[in-house]
Amino acid sequence: MELSHYLILSMLLFLVGAVGFIIKKNIISVFLCLELMLNAVNLSFVAFARHLDQVHGQIFVFLVMVVAAAEAAVGLAITIVLFRNRNTLNIDDADSMKG
Amino acid sequence: MTDSLWLIPLFPLAGAAINGLAGRRLPKSAISIIACGASGLSFIVALLSFFDLLKLAPEQRQVLKFCFTWIASGDFVATVEFLLDPLSAIMILVVTGVGFIIHLYSIGYMHAEDGYYRFFSYLNLFLFSMLILVMASNFLLMFVGWEGVGLCSYLLIGYYFDRRSAGDAGKKAFIVNRIGDIGFVLGIFLIFMTFHSMNFGDVFRQIAEGAVRFPLEASAGILTAISLLLFVGATGKSAQIPLYVWLPDAMEGPTPVSALIHAATMVTAGVYMVVRCSPIFSRAPLTLNVVMIIGILTALMAATIGLVQRDIKRVLAYSTVSQLGYMFVAAGVGAFSASIFHLMTHAFFKALLFLGAGSVIHAMGGEQDLMRMGGLRKHTPITFWTMLIAALAISGIFPLAGFFSKDEILWSAWSRGHQVVWIAAFVTAGLTAFYMFRLIFLAFCGSARHSAETSRHVHESPASMTGPLVVLGILSIVGGFVGLPAWLGANRFFHFLEPSLALARHPEAEEFSHSAELVFAALSIAVALIGIYFAYRLYIRRPDAAAALAQRWSSIHRLLFRKYYVDELYDAAIVNPTLRFSTSILWKRADAGVIDGAVNGTGKAVQGLASILRNVQNGLIRSYAAWILLGVVAMLLYFYFFRGIA
Repeated sequence: MELSHYLILSMLLFLVGAVGFIIKKNIISVFLCLELMLNAVNLSFVAFARHLDQVHGQIFVFLVMVVAAAEAAVGLAITIVLFRNRNTLNIDDADSMKG
Repeated sequence: MTDSLWLIPLFPLAGAAINGLAGRRLPKSAISIIACGASGLSFIVALLSFFDLLKLAPEQRQVLKFCFTWIASGDFVATVEFLLDPLSAIMILVVTGVGFIIHLYSIGYMHAEDGYYRFFSYLNLFLFSMLILVMASNFLLMFVGWEGVGLCSYLLIGYYFDRRSAGDAGKKAFIVNRIGDIGFVLGIFLIFMTFHSMNFGDVFRQIAEGAVRFPLEASAGILTAISLLLFVGATGKSAQIPLYVWLPDAMEGPTPVSALIHAATMVTAGVYMVVRCSPIFSRAPLTLNVVMIIGILTALMAATIGLVQRDIKRVLAYSTVSQLGYMFVAAGVGAFSASIFHLMTHAFFKALLFLGAGSVIHAMGGEQDLMRMGGLRKHTPITFWTMLIAALAISGIFPLAGFFSKDEILWSAWSRGHQVVWIAAFVTAGLTAFYMFRLIFLAFCGSARHSAETSRHVHESPASMTGPLVVLGILSIVGGFVGLPAWLGANRFFHFLEPSLALARHPEAEEFSHSAELVFAALSIAVALIGIYFAYRLYIRRPDAAAALAQRWSSIHRLLFRKYYVDELYDAAIVNPTLRFSTSILWKRADAGVIDGAVNGTGKAVQGLASILRNVQNGLIRSYAAWILLGVVAMLLYFYFFRGIA
């Protein structure tokens, strides 16, 4: 297993997440895609850390995971509030900031 | 009390502030007490200061009271410093004294008016500004007072602001005065450039002592320029040709205002300024001639207009313009003290005439047309007798105040070799007597020409109005005795003023015997009596003769009645072209076209750009994410291809 295999997998996961983020309308799915992108990046961090024999990448992974956890908490709270107020989970309905 | 000079203007300022800020919630009695108290206290302090000044030796009679430095920038220093010398002492006493009397009168006259507090606040503010003007010890501070009285004049002319004519008259006064002020300001600039000082003392001492730096011949140019510019300012403020047109219109203001501002005090500011600057004027022979000619022309012209006017206040307004012309004649022939003397006596009898006219208007329920008055003598005896005294005084009948001051001016003109001016002034004196007694006869004598309803209403004014009339009447009788001419004893007024005029250049007056003076005094009384006799013939003996005369000389009558068409001329030559230019070019092109266009154009451009950019801001989170992704990809490609990072 070489570095490139990990990187290719990471890239594929990231692309799935990014494309899903753009095309999905359900806010839960959008969140899942977001997490997928974060974890794709995490994967490449760990791969590089292993490859370069340095610990920096692994530290970054912890940071990313903490941020992701916080973001998930806030994001789910927003989702609940959105559902209570608008009675919808469709992300396109939350467009009151339209210019 | 000379240490407390600053109290004199402070009291009216405090009165103006209290009445102006809180007057709306105060009862009328409180407003009256504050306003009259302020002017009265100011008068008391002025009197005490005057007596302190008298205690000093004549050559030491110049008290300077420094208050604070107003502006200090390089060698330019302007201080707030008050000057008390014989000249300013006379002005202060006239301003506060007559001002106080007119404040008292206003209580009765204005009792039923709206905006009572506004009136008294303005009136106090006027007193403050006028006192700053006459007490200033430098040109800049004097200019502050000069503009202050102009502002108060504008506010008070437009006091009945719901009347269009009053608003227009206020604007006219303000704008015409601005034209004169340009000259005054330029004169001050030139003084500072030449002498590097604004102080009266410094400037005049440099002129008087610096014979080397300013020999008469070499300096005549600059001194003539300065004095001419200053005189332009004086023609605006003191209503002389060509800027006199605002004063008759200023009669739109309440009558006490006409008496105080447009007869007794403010309009004499120009005369005061010329006399104060006598060290400059007396060394500029050309300017003196200009002053004299403008003065005599104004005196004669205004007197002829006054002959035929029907509005009682307008007659008095033209009379004021005419008498101001007299004062300038005196200054122009170099008799500065005679000028101030006439200023003082004129303040008494002209204020009295205006207040009397106010009492008449009050009695008639607002009627100002002389042709609809008549027979008021038995209804308003106090007003009649006091106005008769004032009319005799202004006509120059011995021994009332006007006789001494007017005779002094006539005599100065003759004895200094201006015979033509003397003849014109002599004729003016006759005309003055005629139009004053025409006014008296039309208003008080003969049969009543007003409606029966008005007749029932006619009544003498309350004591608060007749009291001031009596006081001013007494002053009009005795006011002249301070300046008895040489043939009746020492001229104390002249000697009192001497220290203030010490730096002026005095031409050698020819010596005349006292008997010659006596003859001229008799002549000036005679011409006044002739004027009175003609008025008597035309308006008492044969009341229809005046109308017949006007019919016979209808073109001249119309010319005089329409005031020589000067207003029409100014309208056609200056006002309307300016209005047209302003409307078509400045307003519709420059303002609406260029300036509004630029502002609106900027707004339109931003709006147009924004309408394109707002499409990006569509509120769809997915599209924002797509843009971010595109951006990241674009950046990566950029770095990959152009910066060589692989």
